[in-house]
Amino acid sequence: MVLKAELHSYMVFLLSRWVRALCSAMAVALYVDLLGQYANCSGSRVSGLVGVSVNQKLFGRNAIRNHKSARSLIQMSRRDPSQWIHHLNFLKRQYVMRSNNALYQRAKPKQTAILTVLEDHRDDGMDSQIRQVPTIDHVPMVTDVTPQPETTTTNMTATPVSSPVSTVAALAVLNPPSSKTVSPPQTKAVSSAAESSAAESGTEMLEVPHVQVESDEAREARLERQWKELKVDLAELPDVYAKLSKIKLTALVVWTAAAGFAMAPVPFDPATFFLASLGTGLASCTANSINQYFEVPFDSNMNRTKNRPLVRGQISPLHAVGFALVCGVPGITLLTLAVNPLTGALGALNIFLYTCCYTPLKRLSIINTWVGAVVGAIPPIMGWTAATGALDPGALLLGGFLYCWQFPHFNALSWNLREDYSRGGYRMMSVTHPGMCKRVALRHSLGLIGLSALGPVLDVTTWTFPLVSLPINLYISYLAFRFYQKGDRSSARKLFFCSLWHLPMLLLLALTCKKSRTDKEGVAKTSSLAPAPLPLSVQN
Amino acid sequence: MSGKTTGYFLRRSLCPCNLLGPLHMRRISANASRPCSSSEPTKQGNSVKRSQFIPAAESKHDWVGPPHRLSNLRPIIYHIPENETELEKQLRTLRQETEDWNHAFWTNQNITFNKEKDAFVLSQLKEKGLTERDEKGRKRALNSEEMAVFYKHFLDENCIRHANYNKDWYRRNFTITLLMGRVAFHSVWRTLAERRGWKKGGPTT
Repeated sequence: MVLKAELHSYMVFLLSRWVRALCSAMAVALYVDLLGQYANCSGSRVSGLVGVSVNQKLFGRNAIRNHKSARSLIQMSRRDPSQWIHHLNFLKRQYVMRSNNALYQRAKPKQTAILTVLEDHRDDGMDSQIRQVPTIDHVPMVTDVTPQPETTTTNMTATPVSSPVSTVAALAVLNPPSSKTVSPPQTKAVSSAAESSAAESGTEMLEVPHVQVESDEAREARLERQWKELKVDLAELPDVYAKLSKIKLTALVVWTAAAGFAMAPVPFDPATFFLASLGTGLASCTANSINQYFEVPFDSNMNRTKNRPLVRGQISPLHAVGFALVCGVPGITLLTLAVNPLTGALGALNIFLYTCCYTPLKRLSIINTWVGAVVGAIPPIMGWTAATGALDPGALLLGGFLYCWQFPHFNALSWNLREDYSRGGYRMMSVTHPGMCKRVALRHSLGLIGLSALGPVLDVTTWTFPLVSLPINLYISYLAFRFYQKGDRSSARKLFFCSLWHLPMLLLLALTCKKSRTDKEGVAKTSSLAPAPLPLSVQN
Repeated sequence: MSGKTTGYFLRRSLCPCNLLGPLHMRRISANASRPCSSSEPTKQGNSVKRSQFIPAAESKHDWVGPPHRLSNLRPIIYHIPENETELEKQLRTLRQETEDWNHAFWTNQNITFNKEKDAFVLSQLKEKGLTERDEKGRKRALNSEEMAVFYKHFLDENCIRHANYNKDWYRRNFTITLLMGRVAFHSVWRTLAERRGWKKGGPTT
């Protein structure tokens, strides 16, 4: 009997260690995967890691476009690992976008942000051969599986710009009146609009002597091919749902919740762990779907988000809301009934904060960043409360880590996206209060050091944790300080990229430095040993 | 640099008509007076937006097209079923109208943004004494810190307009989704009722 109990507890102990190791491995894998995504955008700069091969499958149509670069990259990665470091530097050149709450999605393709690229090159003192575009050209990149027309600019070496410049070139062609017999009303209307916008933009009309021009008819035909029937394609539905729920971000949120669960000082319960993770994942899917449902016209106008399912019309808004309900109701119910009501309440609160506070506030006030930081901090708290059932200081400490981390992460990211935010009408600190943006990032980076020191104080970690985490915390604070001082694109980029590996590393270190329960129980036993036997003896 | 740019915006706010052409001034005053939609840009938007594309006659679904060059929104051609109910017609007209309204707003937004940005760049270059194009014929651009002043100004200038658009957009989105829910519910009810009627009619014949 006793042996069985001991064996059982040993198995659970092993399982908990294994789960911790698995969390770490998942984190690394996800991280490599996300980094690899940055390679999967059409830029001439070939960069990325092993994750590119995974992403080729995931990205589907995008991969066709980036086929050459991805393939050459995989070959290179197989050949010589030392070249990865070299390519990593190129990662820094790419824009990285933020998907609403926290983390890292695919990079913004360079060719569609021609003006900002120009600024970038000016900063870096590099030559650019890209012409400035009078209007913004967000021509679809992935709706058409057929390869981009051959008329595109092979001479432009900076980036493989295709549709934007060809459209721009088409504008140039429209200036002389077209004498073609086939002149549908749209061409005329488009040409009048183009000419009016061209006239208004005055001297910026095109000089693109080296670009082959796409004929009107070819362009018309290409645009006509891109019309799609709005019906639900069952084969595409899993992919649509994955994009709708921002599955990678959801996975990271679940991972932080799992880390919170693993850090809790209670016996590891695999069933509760699984249910809590599932419930958190479903809640995150709901929040992300509702967010995309609210933001359709804004998403259409930003490069990073213009391929979302609702923007592309792959499903209807009602379908998206239905999906959100199907995920949210069971998710929260699961958390409330099968885990505990506190976790369920936190999950519901997080969904509310994200969809009804953060999403509208993004366009109204800069306070959205603080709300977003709270939204990011809640999942580890949920993990902890799922394990313990109570809102301990340890839970708040873990939430605090996520909260503080958000600021250097997001402020650095948004620093390089100021044009897009301004045009889209998003009120972010980086645009409206640049000084505050830098100060807040620095302040919270330093706060991370303080919070790490609280780890042993609150009995969450051993005393080694503040020491072991000091190097990475100092490094991110140093980068935040440089960002505060210089406030330019390269320092923002450095800080952002540091934050990407800093958080997983910090949580991993916390997991490995977790205060083992035997230590704590030993302490508890000695303190409670005196009073405990007395009632027993009294009863006896 | 900041002094020059502040001066630029001060001058613009005091007398916007001096710096830019009459076209732009009309647009500014139009923006100020009418935050969201009006008939004029909608008409223009319609003529620009409506593509030549005609879906196949036997298609029973809506069709969604590529993003429009100016507004980046995708046009939708709505399918009109033969026995369209009143509710469905209401939904379709509301969706179409919202689409046009959205298109007008974003076209205006993008065009205005780009024009104001170019004007800003031009004025800054002039104050620096630089020509618009450098020796190689490429357009000069300002660095990101200089542009940041413009981005901030653009956001502040359009704060109320954006807030109004937000409110309207959320309201329309909710209404459309609720209507879609009602239409879906009614069509399911109708299908079930027809099937029940068929079942009842079946055994007797």
